[in-house]
Amino acid sequence: MAKIAARKLNLWYGDFHALKDVNASFEPKKITAIIGPSGCGKSTLLRVFNRMNDLIEGVRMDGEVLIDGANILDPCADLVALRKKVGMVFQRPNPFPLSIYENIIFGERIHGAGVTRDELDGIVEKSLKDVLLWDELKDRLQAPALSLSLEQKQRLCIARLIAVRPDVLLMDEPCSTLDPQATARIEELMRELKNNYTIIIVTHNMQQAARISDDAGFMLLGELIEFGKTDQLFTAPQDQRTEDYITGRYG
Amino acid sequence: MERHFDQELKELNEDILKMGALAEEAIYKSVEALKNRDQGMAQSVINNDALVDQLELAIDEKCIDFIARYQPMAKDLRFITTGMKINAELERIADIAVDIAQRTLELVDKPLLKPLVDIPKLTAVAQKMVKTAIDSFVRADIALARQVLSSEPEANELRNLIHQELVDDYMVKDSSSTPRAVQLLLIARFLERICDHTTNIAEDVIYMVQAEVVKHHPEKLKKEN
Repeated sequence: MAKIAARKLNLWYGDFHALKDVNASFEPKKITAIIGPSGCGKSTLLRVFNRMNDLIEGVRMDGEVLIDGANILDPCADLVALRKKVGMVFQRPNPFPLSIYENIIFGERIHGAGVTRDELDGIVEKSLKDVLLWDELKDRLQAPALSLSLEQKQRLCIARLIAVRPDVLLMDEPCSTLDPQATARIEELMRELKNNYTIIIVTHNMQQAARISDDAGFMLLGELIEFGKTDQLFTAPQDQRTEDYITGRYG
Repeated sequence: MERHFDQELKELNEDILKMGALAEEAIYKSVEALKNRDQGMAQSVINNDALVDQLELAIDEKCIDFIARYQPMAKDLRFITTGMKINAELERIADIAVDIAQRTLELVDKPLLKPLVDIPKLTAVAQKMVKTAIDSFVRADIALARQVLSSEPEANELRNLIHQELVDDYMVKDSSSTPRAVQLLLIARFLERICDHTTNIAEDVIYMVQAEVVKHHPEKLKKEN
């Protein structure tokens, strides 16, 4: 069964129709990339999956988005539980102005109750190990998170998500501020993480989408034009608009 | 939107066309040399092979450079990878023409075993297949590629005919004819191999145009015929 399934999903920002009849299934423990020009709706689609768009005034949605079979657009959906289950990594890493340790246990402090210090230490160690930062940071867990390099900050943000044991990681241009080496390391991390998480990434970098994703979708003007296996999309796209975009003929 | 890349792709197309013309010329000259017992012409085929080899390397380098600089996708990617494969096929075709020229050099100073009838026919089929295969690539034309594939039985039939005649009418009846008959057998085999290379090109062109792999999938070809 698909981890996430969008069915006839429409979204409006006021009068602006930002997502048009989007249908797509996101497989568990796979990386799915969404590509498309600026303003095509790819970040909006990503933000639907943890209802982040709800924070924007004038947003209206219809259709269904099923996560593990439950419709998260249901007015009764538990948003706190949803955002614990579906975490998000942003373009610019956004650690809190706290220590490395406090950043990682932040979610646990909100969601968890009665967690012992030993348990918190265990969560910090496991989360940092999962993002391959433990060896680098284990001796300075009380250092301010803002003192880390950009790449370390982005890894820390991923560790902070993992600490609350989500199922799905949404990544919105997670490497756009990183240099090629740091990008390559984050991509390696994503490949590791896919063993345990369903990952959806929005990226402008087509080579990155081609390198790391299993499935890929191309969006244009709010429509999901094409969705399928990554190798198929990048070698033999079915729609002329996809072909034009990925070969740089768009516009 | 016209891209700078498109101009470079056009140049690659022209280079492959040039490679095809060199291969075609090599086949033509190698068999003309055989027909006319022209040692000089056979030798020129052998000598010109260096030009083909140089162009092959230049085309390969260009394709690798494209991939490194542009990271092509979709149709562009299929065009470049097909171009590389066709380049190698054409170089092999030119090498086979050299093989024919070498056999011809073995034969020129010996009396004609028989008037050449079917070998020129097979040569005409091979030349047409090479030309059509290159045209199918340059024009991205699937109908032409299919025409190449449908010519293969004719080439095989002619090769079998030549084989049968040389064995039954010459080698079996007169063993002294064997050395010359073997050279002609080899030449027929070489011409048929050239036809095989053109069908590889045609299959690659079908992949390039419609992104479908028909190589080693005869059922796909039948389905669409």
